[in-house]
Amino acid sequence: MNTFLNILIDGLAYGMVLFVIAVGLSVTLGLMRFVNLSHGAFAMVGGYCAALLTREAQWSFWLAVPAAVLATALLGAALEALVLRHLYRRNDLEQVLFTIGLSFVLIASTNALVGPQVQMIPLPPALAGSVDLGFRTLPAQRLLVIAAGCAVAALAAWTVARTRFGVRLRAAVDHSGTASALGIPIRTVQCASFAAGAALAGLGGILGAELMPLEPYYALKYLVLVLVVVAVGGMGSIAGSLVAAVLLGVIETASKYLASDWGSLFFFVAMATLLAWRPNGLLKR
Amino acid sequence: MSTMTPPSALAAPPALATAPRCAPAWRAPLVLLVVGLAACALLPDQFGLLTRIFITVLFVLSLDLVVGIGGLATLGHAALFGTGAYAAGIFALQVQPDPLVGLLVGIAAGAALAALSGAFLLRYQGFTFLMLTIAVSQILLSLAQKARRWTGGDDGLSGFVMGPLLGRFEFDLEGRVAALYALAVLVLLFYLARRLVDSPFGLAVRGIHENRARMAALGTPVLARLWLLYTLAGAIAGAAGALSAQTNAVVGMDSLSFALSAEALVMLILGGAGRLTGALVGATVFTVLHHTAASINPYHWLFVVGALLMLVVLVSPAKAWAWLRRRAGAVQ
Repeated sequence: MNTFLNILIDGLAYGMVLFVIAVGLSVTLGLMRFVNLSHGAFAMVGGYCAALLTREAQWSFWLAVPAAVLATALLGAALEALVLRHLYRRNDLEQVLFTIGLSFVLIASTNALVGPQVQMIPLPPALAGSVDLGFRTLPAQRLLVIAAGCAVAALAAWTVARTRFGVRLRAAVDHSGTASALGIPIRTVQCASFAAGAALAGLGGILGAELMPLEPYYALKYLVLVLVVVAVGGMGSIAGSLVAAVLLGVIETASKYLASDWGSLFFFVAMATLLAWRPNGLLKR
Repeated sequence: MSTMTPPSALAAPPALATAPRCAPAWRAPLVLLVVGLAACALLPDQFGLLTRIFITVLFVLSLDLVVGIGGLATLGHAALFGTGAYAAGIFALQVQPDPLVGLLVGIAAGAALAALSGAFLLRYQGFTFLMLTIAVSQILLSLAQKARRWTGGDDGLSGFVMGPLLGRFEFDLEGRVAALYALAVLVLLFYLARRLVDSPFGLAVRGIHENRARMAALGTPVLARLWLLYTLAGAIAGAAGALSAQTNAVVGMDSLSFALSAEALVMLILGGAGRLTGALVGATVFTVLHHTAASINPYHWLFVVGALLMLVVLVSPAKAWAWLRRRAGAVQ
């Protein structure tokens, strides 16, 4: 029973981290039709910025996290505006190659600038302890991760469905020519969505630093996991990504607790089964 | 490639730009054989590198059949390579050390895995297919890690000694026999692949690549054709894996890894997909670059290949050649 609850809590936290990183990729892949395999590198950049700001510059955790997320967003916006927007009309394979190349360069630069060792983000005392929920105590960091995941899901769904920005984004995706003729600033919308996706990846990298250690190869190591979440959840579907991330997170955590010598077998078997059952995403028929 | 080619292209090949090549199928393999033998003669202290190049070329050739000819983007091709390698290694260790029989076992294992997984994978298209190929290769990797008794787990499979080739030629320390053996298998399979691509079957597969719905409407059994193509590509990838196991006398977990699949795709795009010769050029350039840059610093290597990838996309090789030709023309 105790193991079961631990698996559930850890799996939920792991799933939330996967979701926060994956949601940005889901939006660029599903709505903007841009295959961005450098998304893992954005998560890495966010995590590294937070680690360096708190450890080297001695910033407070609560100040360093927004700063790191903002820095990732700026990097995403700059890359989008300078290079990536020229690739929107290219085919999938070229986008894949370019963004993989970009990840390689970011990995090599990270290693050259910071070094190959694992980066820790020191937690403030409020998060390092544990919280008593009455029936059991939980690490405060896990609770923060789960709460942040829920907040991101709600905020993202609300933005896309309810706000003016969401309307413009969907219009720009459906028919960019008409949207542009109606006076919607398409370039701004695309750039802002891309930057928001990058910022969320950065946030995921920070939140998940305890579960997914930050090192230069981070960008490629966890890319497959994130792609799996996006594929199983269905491209462009925020709710689908959430369900897929939590489901796969719990399965991966359970197999680590109960059958660690099988590696990631159950994770990928689950993914293959889910994809074969619903090739267009869990929540789409 | 024009998508406006009328369906009658199949009936009247020589008249059209997209018609099958007129060069005889043996020409490119013969050139490859001569170049390979010359390289072996000129670089007698680099047999290890040459063997690796031949094996990598064979693997990328198999990937080109799937990606370039069949139009199925896959990131799980290492599964077929690794299966061939493990099958050949286990066969040599447990049954008998003859290299040619081992090669056949590797080919059969690669083809069998491709046939089995292809029957499931090929029902899906595009991004779903891509992700499912990753899943298949990762499942195999986990299984190989689990079955330590057979595969040696993370330590790798080793301890097998290959018998003499054809009963006469021992594998020497220098690697001369290994390099020539790999070259011979490569040339033979390259010839067969060339014949396959230019055959009516190859034309049907290329038609499916260009327009699946139209080929289905013309009466081509789309799934059966793609399944056969995938199985044959699996056989070639299995051969490459078996060669790698036999010439290195060790099989590691990395022969099933995601990184190998991704690297092979990079090599293919670097050389140009869909023409078979592109696989030769891309794999050779990439392996030589890797050999030189990685000996300096592995991260250095990553920087080089990353920059190269971005450059290839921004300035495609075809455009660069056209630009160079125009410049050369202007000078003359």
